[in-house]
Amino acid sequence: MADAIDPATRFAKTDFVIRKERIQAISKALFLIMVVIMIIPLLSIIAYLVYHAMPSLNWEFLIEAPKKGMSEGGIWPAFVGTLYLVVISLAIAAPIGVFAAIYLNEYAKENWFNRIIHLAVINLAGVPSIVHALFGLGAFVYAAQFGYSIISASLTLAIMTLPVIIASTREALASVPASFREACWNVGATRWQTIRAIVLPNSISGILTGIILQVSRAAGETAPIMFTGAVFYKAVARGELFPYYLNEQCMALSMHLYTISTQVPNVKESIPYATAVVLLCSVLVVNASAIALRVWLRNHKKW
Amino acid sequence: MQSESMQLCIQTRNLNLWYGQFQALKDVNIDVRHGLITSLIGPSGCGKTTLLRCFNRINERFSYVRTKGEIKVLGKNIYDPDVSLIELRKSVGMVFQRPNPVPISVYENIVFGLRIHNRFGVFQKNQLDEIVEKSLIEVGLWKDLKDRLKVKATSLQLEQQQKLCIARLLPLKPEVILMDEPCSALDVEGTRAIEDLMYNLRGHYTIVIVTHNMAQARRTSDECIFMLLGEKIEHDRTENLFLNPRDPRTAEYIEGRYG
Ligand SMILES: Nc1ncnc2c1ncn2[C@@H]1O[C@H](COP(=O)(O)OP(=O)(O)OP(=O)(O)O)[C@@H](O)[C@H]1O
Ligand SMILES: [Mg+2]
Repeated sequence: MADAIDPATRFAKTDFVIRKERIQAISKALFLIMVVIMIIPLLSIIAYLVYHAMPSLNWEFLIEAPKKGMSEGGIWPAFVGTLYLVVISLAIAAPIGVFAAIYLNEYAKENWFNRIIHLAVINLAGVPSIVHALFGLGAFVYAAQFGYSIISASLTLAIMTLPVIIASTREALASVPASFREACWNVGATRWQTIRAIVLPNSISGILTGIILQVSRAAGETAPIMFTGAVFYKAVARGELFPYYLNEQCMALSMHLYTISTQVPNVKESIPYATAVVLLCSVLVVNASAIALRVWLRNHKKW
Repeated sequence: MQSESMQLCIQTRNLNLWYGQFQALKDVNIDVRHGLITSLIGPSGCGKTTLLRCFNRINERFSYVRTKGEIKVLGKNIYDPDVSLIELRKSVGMVFQRPNPVPISVYENIVFGLRIHNRFGVFQKNQLDEIVEKSLIEVGLWKDLKDRLKVKATSLQLEQQQKLCIARLLPLKPEVILMDEPCSALDVEGTRAIEDLMYNLRGHYTIVIVTHNMAQARRTSDECIFMLLGEKIEHDRTENLFLNPRDPRTAEYIEGRYG
């Protein structure tokens, strides 16, 4: 049977192979086109924003307070306000979310109660932010009597990001192979020792990614803070680092962008774009530092 | 080597392979004869799997693998530019260490190869049924599975899964079947079943089997190749290699002085 074919033409492409390769090339091209289609709008958004923002993009714009009824000047109060809100909300949501996820994934037994919690978390993660806003208004502003304040707004943002942090952390934990855990248990490690020595080091980058994504979300949401603690305008000195008390209202970038784009007349044309660029860059800086942190953790993984 | 009357199936000439900077194969020259069972033995990490995976160019899926030299399968250098990987892999099938049936039904697993290598509608339903039956009979699974052709292949016992993995190669009429420690996930019974199966396939296909089990190499193979640190040390008829090893390193290995 083997000598029936001339060795020189063995494994040569048949017509059908050529046809299959053509289909393969077409599908590959199709997917590549999708990548391009996805990238073009992204890049053009950034280019468009930066181009229009150019006249205002400088250091002064960042640390200067708004002037002339917010139609000129900078965005410092809004920038600091966003910083406050993001840091406080994540300081609340990240530990609670991560610890809860550890409990759910590592300790809780697989039963109906656990499944219901899982379902609830997944569903809460999909609730529109305006609903969280309303809840925050009722719970923190009125019921808990924090009033319209940074603390109310941060708590609302925390409530909003919590389910997503839990869900992404659980996913990161679940991606650590069960055999790693078994190896630990079989030398007599407790659950906590296993978590500390094996599970966390191997899932930390996934956990961090989940949290960082929520930074951008918390920084960008407008509705929840508009209902609970963000104001149009607050007088803040140029470059002042701690302008707000926690029981006060604050300005925020997303809200500020909305205000100057729709509510204030005669705003200098480049200011809204520059505000958007600052928002974008802050998110970028956070994401970049998260990547750096992950690389660093991976290289120093000996805890 | 003995008389050249029997045809050579796989020949390698000065085959070198690097994983990045690490050289895993060094000037390997072997001649695998047609229709026989050839076993590859050697200590862990000596490059048995690597060599085996060269024969159907699966190694290339890692971008950092570099190969130099020549591999002829049935007289054709498989690194020639006119060789189609699709056709090559159709002729050179592989069975892996852990049974890896595709997570679809037993029936679909067996006709999967036919479906991807033929235009839609070439085979009638009854032809396919026949092929499935023939393949399953050939690997000795027909009696057990004829009423369960629709169950998911991944739900079978490991031994059955491994046989199925062999069965799914057969409809494509491969020339060569490569087996990488096909029994290491199986118990004694399963191992014997696979060995019996190999014995039945002998003559119809050229089989190359990697094994850590010296007794298995002796039982199943006609010829045996001993490798060490990426080099071929000795290649001989199995009984010669085990009874009168020419190289002292081979002797040490088969006596179990290192492993
Ligand atoms: N994908 C890879 N990337 C880098 N190095 C590899 C890779 N696969 C194998 N190696 C190295 O190549 C050498 C040969 O490996 P190979 O798997 O071929 O050995 P083996 O003889 O099959 O061993 P075993 O009996 O343990 O299966 C080993 O030193 C291994 O570390
Ligand atoms: Mg191997």
